[in-house]
Amino acid sequence: MTAQERLDSHLREIIQWHFSPETGSPFWLEWASKNFDPRQEIQTIGDMKKFPHFQDEWLRDLQPEVWVPAAFKGRPFNIFETGGTTGMPKQRIGWEDYKTDYSEFSEKISDEHFPRGGAWLMMGPTGPRRLRLAIEHLANVRGSSCYFIDLDPRFVKKLISNKQFDVARQYMDHVVDQAATILKHRKVSGLFTTPKLLEALAEKVDIFAAGIRGVFCGGTTMLPQYVRFIVEEVLENRVGFYPTYGNTLMGLAASVPLLQEDKYSITYYAPQPRAVLRVVNPTNTDETVEYDTWGRVELTTLTKEFFMPRFLERDEALRRKPRGPYEWDGVAEVRPFGAMENKIVEGVY
Amino acid sequence: MSIPHLPALRKGAAYESLDKVEVKDHRTGEVLATVSQVNAGILRRDLNRIGEAREALRKFTVDELIAICAKAADYFLNGELPLGDQGHTQTPEQYMETLSRTSGLPHVMVKRNMAKVADSLTNMRTVLNGLTRGLDTKVIDVGYGEQAGCPVSYYPTTNALGLVMPSNSPAVNSLWLPAIALKTPVIIKPGREEPWTPYRLIQSFIAAGAPALAFGFYPTDHEGSGEVMKICGRALIFGDANTVAQYKDNPKFECHGPGFSKILIGEDEIERWPEFLDIIAGSISENGGRSCINASAVVVPKYAAEIADALAQRLGPLAPLASDDPNAKLSGFANPKMAEFIDGAIEQGLKEPGAEDVTAKYRNGPRKAELNGGVYMRPTIVHCNSFQHPLSNREYMCPFASVVQVPQADMLAQIGPSLVVTAITKDPKFKEELLESPLIERLNIGPISTMRISWNQPHEGNMFEFLYKRRSIEVA
Repeated sequence: MTAQERLDSHLREIIQWHFSPETGSPFWLEWASKNFDPRQEIQTIGDMKKFPHFQDEWLRDLQPEVWVPAAFKGRPFNIFETGGTTGMPKQRIGWEDYKTDYSEFSEKISDEHFPRGGAWLMMGPTGPRRLRLAIEHLANVRGSSCYFIDLDPRFVKKLISNKQFDVARQYMDHVVDQAATILKHRKVSGLFTTPKLLEALAEKVDIFAAGIRGVFCGGTTMLPQYVRFIVEEVLENRVGFYPTYGNTLMGLAASVPLLQEDKYSITYYAPQPRAVLRVVNPTNTDETVEYDTWGRVELTTLTKEFFMPRFLERDEALRRKPRGPYEWDGVAEVRPFGAMENKIVEGVY
Repeated sequence: MSIPHLPALRKGAAYESLDKVEVKDHRTGEVLATVSQVNAGILRRDLNRIGEAREALRKFTVDELIAICAKAADYFLNGELPLGDQGHTQTPEQYMETLSRTSGLPHVMVKRNMAKVADSLTNMRTVLNGLTRGLDTKVIDVGYGEQAGCPVSYYPTTNALGLVMPSNSPAVNSLWLPAIALKTPVIIKPGREEPWTPYRLIQSFIAAGAPALAFGFYPTDHEGSGEVMKICGRALIFGDANTVAQYKDNPKFECHGPGFSKILIGEDEIERWPEFLDIIAGSISENGGRSCINASAVVVPKYAAEIADALAQRLGPLAPLASDDPNAKLSGFANPKMAEFIDGAIEQGLKEPGAEDVTAKYRNGPRKAELNGGVYMRPTIVHCNSFQHPLSNREYMCPFASVVQVPQADMLAQIGPSLVVTAITKDPKFKEELLESPLIERLNIGPISTMRISWNQPHEGNMFEFLYKRRSIEVA
């Protein structure tokens, strides 16, 4: 079976699940009653264009219970939130998805960089984010435990928007100091953090000498020159670097190992068939852009816990060809949508 | 022929970044070079290890470095020097042409700027003598000694001088040159449209025997510029009045903003005003009116309307000429939006009652003019009825000046801070008041162009006092 056939088969199973009264969620059952029955209409991933774009307001305005599939009824769920700055954040509920995603990701990182049983440190957004439990699960499936240092990205975004750069710097120092203290007093070999925090930590601590052998990084734009800087200068080519693209709604898109011809341009591949990424023409989102062309990122999430068709991310990326071990398209050099035209507050997260 | 690529120079070592910007001909848009851009993190890492760059310069005596400066002047003016890391070289003629094409300065002005920069290198001993008031250079080598019979000791205030350079005039580079003779490495963030002059100067120094380690050339973004200013113990800043206001009270920074330079004529000399028109017109328009030492206001006790009209008759007809025309007086704008902004600001000011664009009737066309795809601002002389008018004390990157009638007794109370004041007067009392004024950085008494500068007198900040501090010393 090809990847495309596997995806179509998985899609039909998920559609059947979410739109059948015995297993589906109140939201999607009601939606189908007002629109069309996807069980009849959606057979292949190409048919997904029949769905309109998923509205993120639904994740803000509706109570989480509307997303509970009937098959999960009565089982308490985790509530995970996206970044957010002010007002109501987007929320996604879940049970086991994060474990599935991160157990799979564990197979993509090497024992040399993340020795089994060696402790992890997460320095980044914990709080109501899926990432916090996900990283701990990742450490646990590798027989490891994890230390945590929190960073509140909503506070940082506010500081930067208010031009309180000194306070933002103080807060970043406060976060990094805590990590440096842990590294000084505890044996840690694996690190999850954001690129900016990694850079700041490396200004205080020799990452390799502190015992870190692998860094799993995500959260903000990592353009080629910046990746090169991290690999060559921050990690001095001595520590494994695993950039990822992900969020609460998708899960985790891993990157393929960099080759010389990549010139530090990172390509990420969605955890298909559980999530599908398309790079679309922003003015006609039915149209997928050509390879190596910029477009807006569209995400479709397809798990039994959560169905989200054609959500337009606030990111843009280059569409890249499939590359082993992935048989589907990748997204590269992800950056905030409209980054070339507008100033986007990304801060340290 | 391939396009030259200017790498960043990290303590002298070439670094080709994956991020590059193109430097283009201001008229045709033709790409003349690509320039590697570094991220702020690279600057932070390099600046944290800048000590070795200073060590490399400390191995030389000041006298040896002065000799290197003189040699560098010759390379800068006459040498064929490396241009980037792809095997290209640059002759002085190529430098002049390329700089003219990207900055909009006509050849004749580039040549004048070249000569100015080279002069400051050739005259480095005189420059240092002026900055240190005759200090024996050995005092800087050893750290202590004697001056005028007193024990003196000086210590460096920084390991590196940070420079966030503008693109408007190559001669501003002469400001940092004494730092090398004073054993201080430089960290240069070049102006986006003008990487040429700092790069050529660095190559001239290296060819003359200066250690490459002492030179940082870091084209970077806004965040990177911030790091240059933050991490270097001392930095020169170029910017508008707002930028200057932000940094002027911080001893870490020496600010170079608008000069608001002026020409004042005293009551005793005003009847002779026609004799001074050449000097006044030159002070307004030389170097395309782009320098902070260009006069931007003429303050007179009488005949303001007549003087404004006479200046307008001389300057108003000036129009853009081909960049290689030896008579070219106007400079093109690398960024046409800047010309648009200036034109709009002047028009906005003229809407306020009390000012007249006297040049309008002699210009025979709009202020913002185009020639061969380049955008230029033709001269503007505005007759203002008082210093209350918004255009009376403005400075733009083009030949622009107000003429304001103010009684001599009120002049110093009204002119505000002025980098250069040329006061045409012989009146002892007025001279005394001028000498007492804290508002004037450089004072010319008599009919002297505001554009004239002296190598032995700093006119804006003192680089030696900026880079070295005196301490008390006793040696047993």
